[in-house]
Amino acid sequence: MSSAETMSIFSPALSARFDALVLKYPVKRSALIPMMLYAQDEVGYLSDAVIEEIAQRLDLTMLDVRNVASYYSMLRFKPVGKYNVQVCTNISCMLRGAYDIFEHLEEKLGIGHKGITADGVFSLEEVECIGVCCWAPAIQVNYDFHDDLTNDKVDEVIAAYRAKAGRADAKGESANA
Amino acid sequence: MPKLTSHPDEVKIISKRFGMGAANIDRYIELGGYEATRKCLAEGSEWIINEMKASGLRGRGGAGFPTGLKWSFVPKQSAKPKYVLVNGDESEPGTCKDHLIFLHDPHAIIEGTIIAGLAIGAKMGFIYLRGEYRYLIEIMEKAVADAYAKGFLGKNIFGTETEFQAVVQTGAGAYEVGEESALMESLEGKRGVPRIKPPFPAVVGLYGGPTVINNAETIASVPHIITMGGAAYAAVGSERNGGTRLFGISGHVERPGIYELPMGYNLKKMIYEVAGGVRGGRKLKAVVPGGSSTPVLLPEEIETLGMDFDQVGKAGSMLGSGGVVVIDDQTCIVEFALRTISFYQHESCGWCIPCREGTDWLKKSLTRFHAGFGTKKDIDNIQYLAENMMGRTFCPLGDAAAMPTLGFVKKFRKEFEDHLDGKPCPYAKHVEVALV
Ligand SMILES: Cc1cc2nc3c(=O)[nH]c(=O)nc-3n(C[C@H](O)[C@H](O)[C@H](O)COP(=O)(O)O)c2cc1C
Ligand code: SF4
Ligand code: FES
Repeated sequence: MSSAETMSIFSPALSARFDALVLKYPVKRSALIPMMLYAQDEVGYLSDAVIEEIAQRLDLTMLDVRNVASYYSMLRFKPVGKYNVQVCTNISCMLRGAYDIFEHLEEKLGIGHKGITADGVFSLEEVECIGVCCWAPAIQVNYDFHDDLTNDKVDEVIAAYRAKAGRADAKGESANA
Repeated sequence: MPKLTSHPDEVKIISKRFGMGAANIDRYIELGGYEATRKCLAEGSEWIINEMKASGLRGRGGAGFPTGLKWSFVPKQSAKPKYVLVNGDESEPGTCKDHLIFLHDPHAIIEGTIIAGLAIGAKMGFIYLRGEYRYLIEIMEKAVADAYAKGFLGKNIFGTETEFQAVVQTGAGAYEVGEESALMESLEGKRGVPRIKPPFPAVVGLYGGPTVINNAETIASVPHIITMGGAAYAAVGSERNGGTRLFGISGHVERPGIYELPMGYNLKKMIYEVAGGVRGGRKLKAVVPGGSSTPVLLPEEIETLGMDFDQVGKAGSMLGSGGVVVIDDQTCIVEFALRTISFYQHESCGWCIPCREGTDWLKKSLTRFHAGFGTKKDIDNIQYLAENMMGRTFCPLGDAAAMPTLGFVKKFRKEFEDHLDGKPCPYAKHVEVALV
């Protein structure tokens, strides 16, 4: 693991977190799925460099890592928008207007399922049940839930993220961070 | 943040600390928390299992297997370490009850996990949450860290010679990982493909060791059972169905939400009184009683139906995850069936042909059908296909996809026929399922 320690592509905090994570389990490989997800949170997606370092840390091949990653719907090999808007259209949400919400977002953002806006601020995705069925219809933006939605509420939610992205830009942060 | 709902008919056992700040460990202790664990440490394994058996608690993950009995299957002696696994993958559409437990009462999960460990002689437990529940994972992790700091977890819990470690694990998006053996694979850092049974997890489970796996709600019920006594808990529910359960009522009702009601509570009352009736004064068309995999029920079938595992089973469906999805008369059942099968098609792990191909064909047929290009023969074909998936797969996902489809075709054949001959859907607007 020494090479990973000396030339990690992750932030020092994440690197330290991973060093501790592998010790939590009876078998090191158990850290694989959390590691991939937390790495993706920091880097944006599972790039070759991310996969290589995770493979090294867990004594796996890059193929092993890719093979497992491809099973899980939250893991991705390509970047998404800074704010990934995930619309649940499964039954409980569908009954309460999820497809209207999805269409409204398509129009508003000018993108379809798995699309990314030109400025990289938003991406849109139709997803399966996100576990908030009793507060439907609902979306998840990155990890944040927004429930009991109407088109007007969606507008407010999107406006708030847009303002946040603007503030981040003003501070000189990359929109793809 | 999910809204808390309330109704006078509720019997609050698992939900009694909801909204009371019990995620804070000191507050939890103030509310009587961790007393159940102390009691179990004093009483020992046999006593715990007897209380659990007396409670009549049956697994809240869907199958309704008696929890005490499950725990008693774990061999006393084992060369390999034993484990407790808490299933918080919660991905069956219509189901969001565990969400509230993690949010409002994470220490009840920790207590239940320790007690299960004491019962089976495990020194380690894993609490696995679906990856989308990141904020709940953070709440759980904080709760575990606080329990370590107080000495409730670790090498010598509560100052005794007993060790118990707990680890919170994140998933990364996969319904199939909720299946118990697939969850073990995932926890071992692999794809969530299930294992062939037998051997059952109680004998060969996580890392090859004997493992008890329970749903998060099952586990959260444990400390309450210990506190109130197994017999008292059993008395709250119906025959052979102890206690209460968190029913999640969603869809076309006035007051959707999670309500804790005694097992056996009448479904009609649940919809019309507890959840305020069908939204906008419309009429009830159908009810999915226990998550998307459970066969649909008609209004006339719920009149006297008590919501427990046996009664719903007798009515030809299943209590499942307790996620009641209410459908009004302005909904297209073909569309609903299509959205349901699309989910299972998306989530099939692809190992068995009947499940992988069957869900795909059903989705294709229903898509075509709903678009108005179906033929009469298609209706029979859909039924034939679904019937032939049943019982022919390695894990129950194949059945979970076939069963609701069969229910829709059998009980709503007329509605399928109304889509024939290029007619536009007479019930609702078209839905194109974009998911790939
Ligand atoms: C495809 C599939 C998905 C499942 N998903 C879940 C789930 O998300 N949560 C859960 O507790 N059980 C789920 N189960 C049931 C588990 O396999 C297992 O029976 C359950 O966790 C046992 O706990 P219990 O006895 O407390 O119900 C699923 C089963 C199948 C076949
Ligand atoms: S039934 Fe479906 S999900 Fe289950 S093992 Fe077979 S292919 Fe995989
Ligand atoms: S169906 Fe949308 S959150 Fe469950």
